[in-house]
Amino acid sequence: MEQKKETLLEIHDLSVSFRMYDHGLEQKDLKAISDLHLTVHSGEIVAIAGSSGSGKSLLASAILDILPDNATVQGHMHYKGQELTRERQKQLRGTKIALVPQSVAYLDPLMKIGPQADGHYKPKPTEKRRKLFERFQLPEHTEKLYPFQLSGGMARRVLVSTALITDAELIIADEPTPGMSLEQALEALRMFREMADEGKAVILITHDMDLAFEFADRVAVFYAGTTVETALASDFKTGPEALRHPYSKALWKALPQNGFEPIPGFQPYAGSLPKGCLFAPRCPYKTEQCEKQVPPVREIRGGEVRCYHGA
Amino acid sequence: MALEAKNIYFRYDRKQPWILEDCSVRVEKGERLAIFAPSGYGKTTLAMLLAGYLEPAKGQILLDEKPLPKRGICPVQLIYQHPEKAINPRWRLKRVLEESGQLREDVLDAFGIERAWLDRFPRELSGGELQRFCVARALMSGAEYIICDEISTMMDVITQAQIWNVVLKEAGKRNMGIIAVTHNKHLAERIATRTIDLSI
Repeated sequence: MEQKKETLLEIHDLSVSFRMYDHGLEQKDLKAISDLHLTVHSGEIVAIAGSSGSGKSLLASAILDILPDNATVQGHMHYKGQELTRERQKQLRGTKIALVPQSVAYLDPLMKIGPQADGHYKPKPTEKRRKLFERFQLPEHTEKLYPFQLSGGMARRVLVSTALITDAELIIADEPTPGMSLEQALEALRMFREMADEGKAVILITHDMDLAFEFADRVAVFYAGTTVETALASDFKTGPEALRHPYSKALWKALPQNGFEPIPGFQPYAGSLPKGCLFAPRCPYKTEQCEKQVPPVREIRGGEVRCYHGA
Repeated sequence: MALEAKNIYFRYDRKQPWILEDCSVRVEKGERLAIFAPSGYGKTTLAMLLAGYLEPAKGQILLDEKPLPKRGICPVQLIYQHPEKAINPRWRLKRVLEESGQLREDVLDAFGIERAWLDRFPRELSGGELQRFCVARALMSGAEYIICDEISTMMDVITQAQIWNVVLKEAGKRNMGIIAVTHNKHLAERIATRTIDLSI
């Protein structure tokens, strides 16, 4: 905002593919993320919005190196200016980079909530955790319960606490709010905002676009495994005329409060991606060029966009 | 003509407190009702009771003043929040649709179901694509009422708008009644003719 902040995480040309069996013993590579760019500065919340199955959660796993064995990662990731190697990822995850997992199934079903949320840290952060639980309106006896005794919304709040308890500089929150009431969701996002204001950073993966616009500094829009646009959150509040990519405009127009109009068609399946621009089959402005070649990332009005026609 | 829950009580176990206590909801044919309630209130339980998947401990679920029919396809159909949990993972999607009646081209087109998807297994489609099948099979069955339990919470907004537009169009054509459980006030304003907040 006032001045250029330090770059915390920089991702360049990231691709993630999965080795899969095709026919019989033949194998093929399924590309789930292709040529993805993302930069996160300290002091900001970057929201990631976009279609389901566009690789949002995969990106989180790739940053932390917790992808399954049949996945291959290509491209460059830098954390605080240094290459993120496997050893470095192992060192950083859980201490400097924390994850709020998407599924409540990530909780250990055989462990009580209290000790589970405290984790392996020494000394035990029990006091800090109790304060967090209190802020999240989790009743005192929650720490003595097992995960199956919690409702969906309670489990989410516990998951968010497990990440806030660490001294992480970067929190990757993968869909942290579904099942929470609006008030609780706002409280969770307020806590993320406080963290960011202390100079840390948050990557917020969410479908809840209203909340994202309200709390994030920038919004990255994903489509079919790549970033099609990165814009200031305020551009999304202004409306489609401030946005650059046709898909971001389509997202805005599909919100229930802004018209509720969907564009036709579907996101391409990872096995059959189009040759050129990934959005071309659904794009009203496509030209021959779009179908032949993937558009490069361009800077327009302080945002980044991957489109020949964005203006 | 209405679907009605009349003073129902429900709990999952005798030792546990009531989840729903003296709860009444009524939706007329052709009406679209959106229900709000805080997390853990029992919205999903209410949805399952209305569709006949659970029996209330006390009180009645009435369709046109009569209890729900016990045989045949239920005229009240429930669509779940997680389509991947509501579809047999070992069936190809063609079979999923055929279970509820003859496959019709016009239905496939109305729901934007691509022909290539029919030969796939559920794990080969995304949640939004699967949800179309769930909505299609509920509407193909000839249902008069559908209960939508947060059917678009896990979807992006474009898919959400696609699914709801199809549901609203079909429901309008056939004068169906809809009960939609949702957290999103903007969405409720869009889809419903009436909203109630169960927590008040």
